[in-house]
Amino acid sequence: MSQKLDSKIPAGNLSDKWTQYRSSVSLVNPANKRNLEVIVVGTGLAGASAAATLAEMGYKVKAFCFQDSPRRAHSIAAQGGINAAKNYQNDGDSVYRLFYDTIKGGDYRAREANVHRLAEVSTNIIDQCVAQGVPFAREYGGTLSNRSFGGTQVQRTFYAAGQTGQQLLLGAYSALERQVGVGNVKMYTRHEMIEVVTIDGKARGIIARDLVSGKLERHFGHAVLLCTGGYGNVFYLSTNAMGSNVTAAWKAHKAGAYFANPCFTQIHPTCIPVSGHYQSKLTLMSESLRNDGRIWVPKAQGDKRHPNDIPEEERDYYLERRYPAFGNLVPRDVASRAAKERCDAGYGVGSSGMAVYLDFRSNMMNKYGRAEATKAGIENPDEATLVRLGKEVVKEKYGNLFDMYKQITDEDPYEVPMRIYPAVHYTMGGLWVDYELQTTVPGLYALGEANFSDHGANRLGASALMQGLADGYFVIPYTVGSYLSKEIHTKAIDTQHEAFEAAEKRASERIEKLMGIQGKRSVESYHRELGLIMWDKCGMARSEAGLKEAIEQIRALREDFYKNVRIPGKVNEFNPELDKAGRVADFLELGELMCVDALNRNESCGGHFREEFQTEEGEALRDDDKFAYVAAWENNGDSWTLHKEELNYENIKIQQRSYK
Amino acid sequence: MSENMNINLKVWRQPSDQNTGSFETYKVQASPDMSFLEMMDVLNEQIIEEGGEPVAFDHDCREGICGMCSMVINGRPHGPKQGVTTCQLHMRSFSDGDTVVVEPWRASAFPVIKDLSVDRGAFDRIIAAGGYVSVNTGNAVDANSVLIPKDTADKAFEAATCIGCGACVSACKNASAMLFVGAKVTQLSLLPQGQAERESRVVAMVNQMDAEGFGACTNTGACAAECPKEIPLSVIATLNREYTSAKLKGR
Ligand SMILES: Cc1cc2nc3c(=O)[nH]c(=O)nc-3n(C[C@H](O)[C@H](O)[C@H](O)COP(=O)(O)OP(=O)(O)OC[C@H]3O[C@@H](n4cnc5c(N)ncnc54)[C@H](O)[C@@H]3O)c2cc1C
Ligand code: SF4
Ligand code: FES
Repeated sequence: MSQKLDSKIPAGNLSDKWTQYRSSVSLVNPANKRNLEVIVVGTGLAGASAAATLAEMGYKVKAFCFQDSPRRAHSIAAQGGINAAKNYQNDGDSVYRLFYDTIKGGDYRAREANVHRLAEVSTNIIDQCVAQGVPFAREYGGTLSNRSFGGTQVQRTFYAAGQTGQQLLLGAYSALERQVGVGNVKMYTRHEMIEVVTIDGKARGIIARDLVSGKLERHFGHAVLLCTGGYGNVFYLSTNAMGSNVTAAWKAHKAGAYFANPCFTQIHPTCIPVSGHYQSKLTLMSESLRNDGRIWVPKAQGDKRHPNDIPEEERDYYLERRYPAFGNLVPRDVASRAAKERCDAGYGVGSSGMAVYLDFRSNMMNKYGRAEATKAGIENPDEATLVRLGKEVVKEKYGNLFDMYKQITDEDPYEVPMRIYPAVHYTMGGLWVDYELQTTVPGLYALGEANFSDHGANRLGASALMQGLADGYFVIPYTVGSYLSKEIHTKAIDTQHEAFEAAEKRASERIEKLMGIQGKRSVESYHRELGLIMWDKCGMARSEAGLKEAIEQIRALREDFYKNVRIPGKVNEFNPELDKAGRVADFLELGELMCVDALNRNESCGGHFREEFQTEEGEALRDDDKFAYVAAWENNGDSWTLHKEELNYENIKIQQRSYK
Repeated sequence: MSENMNINLKVWRQPSDQNTGSFETYKVQASPDMSFLEMMDVLNEQIIEEGGEPVAFDHDCREGICGMCSMVINGRPHGPKQGVTTCQLHMRSFSDGDTVVVEPWRASAFPVIKDLSVDRGAFDRIIAAGGYVSVNTGNAVDANSVLIPKDTADKAFEAATCIGCGACVSACKNASAMLFVGAKVTQLSLLPQGQAERESRVVAMVNQMDAEGFGACTNTGACAAECPKEIPLSVIATLNREYTSAKLKGR
């Protein structure tokens, strides 16, 4: 069994593994590359960077995305920044420290070798992006600027105001479009991958649906790369885009790829709270705000006073109180749970009581206002002056976030503290991949948020952008060569092949089945109901009883879906409701697996918090003897088999995580 | 907020670019805290319940950054508010009893796919023609080896915030794409990394823009007025300058 779970970690010292791998991996000569075709599904940071780089190297690439342009992948929405071990601030950063912070931040559930490689290539990413013309924030001297993010004590985060993901994606997108322009990449927009085609056990292509005409298409590739993002939308409400889905990964799972750690989801501490039942998504307020915003609730339960009327000594800065060493910059899982704890205990604010304050006033005045006043030579500035001067600085750093907050809530965060609450944000789980990013299906790879690889049970802020670009620019170009070098004699397979025939038939039968139900309930209503089950029972806190209940509820909901869902319109036309139905059908299966995985993991670690397993102070209690493994699930149709990849820590001493 | 608003909607319905379209009217109950698109969701659930076909519209991030949402609301791309996308527009910008007219982007270079969805592939093709720096992966020097004054970096960033939504084209009576193209040309011509291809880039992008059927610029300024990212009109001046200078050099 575990034969199949060969992680292919190269031998040798941790810090030499990647260098040695690169210098010994088989190469494909340029003439052969032209005959090798690679399918890249997804054009976010991972997909766009991979497609562009592989095309530059000479492979024939086909790239797919469901939006109307590759530039709209949800990577575009990342706000805060991207980490890299450049040590430009001379504050003691290094590849090792980034590696260490990531393993620790992930609560010791990530693979050492992968994470070290990630930290190594992090520095190349920044160089590459700057060369493409990505306009990162800079200091007056012209050098790049940095800020800090949660779970670290150094400043290693590069950023472009609150729009880092946008600028990085536009860099990768422009590299991709350049290859489209010269004919090395054929781009398919408004296309959704709905089947993986395997022949003799190897991935050989996909079935995609043209979302405009509704037609199914067959596409051959010597290798298939899934760069299709995370599955946070299983919760219905999340910070993901409306179209973000698990469909590609799920079809791969059904075609034989194991799904790893599905229950590891990240609930981000600083999001705008839910305001009504019609709500379609939640909006993140970047973690970078925790550099300058202090989180607090009133010391008294149910205190309904206006926040500005609550004096300093009656405020509980609970993160600073509980975690003096990291304060407001504890990792996300810790900050989210602490917010939930205060709100559950009755200290929450806002009309629902399910929110805490994120307050900029004291730093605006005391940190920035005072510094600016000194610069301007103003002696004994009064409060109004400090606020005015500080506001300018805060505006420059976070202006677009403050505007967005105001737009949504109709409150001005320069005057009144933001109200925030945790929301589903990111999925650490995903398709199981080995060191080469290959899934358990040969020739099928997963990159970016779609794989499970680098973040263990909790991802540190600004590390997903880093991982997506590392995978696409710097890892896959080497590792896919290891596979393709053995495929140079494989001629392009005709898509009339029976495997393509069969895959297309599976897809069209599924669509016909959905369209044939003609029930009464909208797709949206099922999605919303699934989301509530997941949030209540497989969200920030989980318990054995709750998870068992959730599994039953999800099964019942799924059954009802196949009896009662109503999809208007026709198959062969532009039909967004049908697209959504296919995605929700897959979420209805994934949700169950997430609960199965959460139930199996009888410990708490990172974002996975089982109420039965906590320390006296309410911190996550790991069980390293029993659970220091990656849970990789094999799909057997209507059940799953668990395979374990043991995690060996040879370079880091595994210990209780502490941010106190 | 539970207070209800009654909104009368006149929505453009068009099965495909092969068919002609027309307005349909609907009534929807909204609340002021809803976003405009959430109001459209409510409308669609209502239509589905009644056995009709929901209104097709483009949207994805719903936080004003992906550039996918695209509605002309009461005659203005992205609606009545300055500097926001359709998805960031909230119902509190309207009043109880209002009649709201919703249409797709109108431009021959953006054919309608269905209802409010249009094809903006022309923008990708303009970028593919030259909107990049030709630097293969692995060719980069250390990021801090080229210093860029903060002012320059900030200006380049400002131009780079364009989300490629196409509101500028829709707002323009000539359906010109100059603001979009100008934003990219400005970003890359400001940065040292963009210098090597400065002239070839602007010519290639402008040629592609013309080939796509976008109209000429007559300096009316409607584009910048409706741009949700407030890309300034000055990028068009930069574009003209860059283009003329490239042409003078025989490009
Ligand atoms: C609001 C927000 C803010 C964030 N901020 C930060 C931050 O500051 N720093 C950080 O490091 N990380 C951040 N993250 C996380 C990070 O942005 C994502 O994890 C990362 O960008 C994912 O990149 P990706 O390339 O894997 O996937 P995505 O960018 O999600 O791209 C997925 C691609 O797959 C395509 N696709 C999906 N399914 C299919 C299918 N079936 N068929 C065809 N195509 C398909 C889509 O069209 C898209 O092109 C943030 C995330 C969110 C939601
Ligand atoms: S310039 Fe403004 S209006 Fe035009 S595409 Fe860019 S963001 Fe949209
Ligand atoms: S939906 Fe992304 S900008 Fe409006």
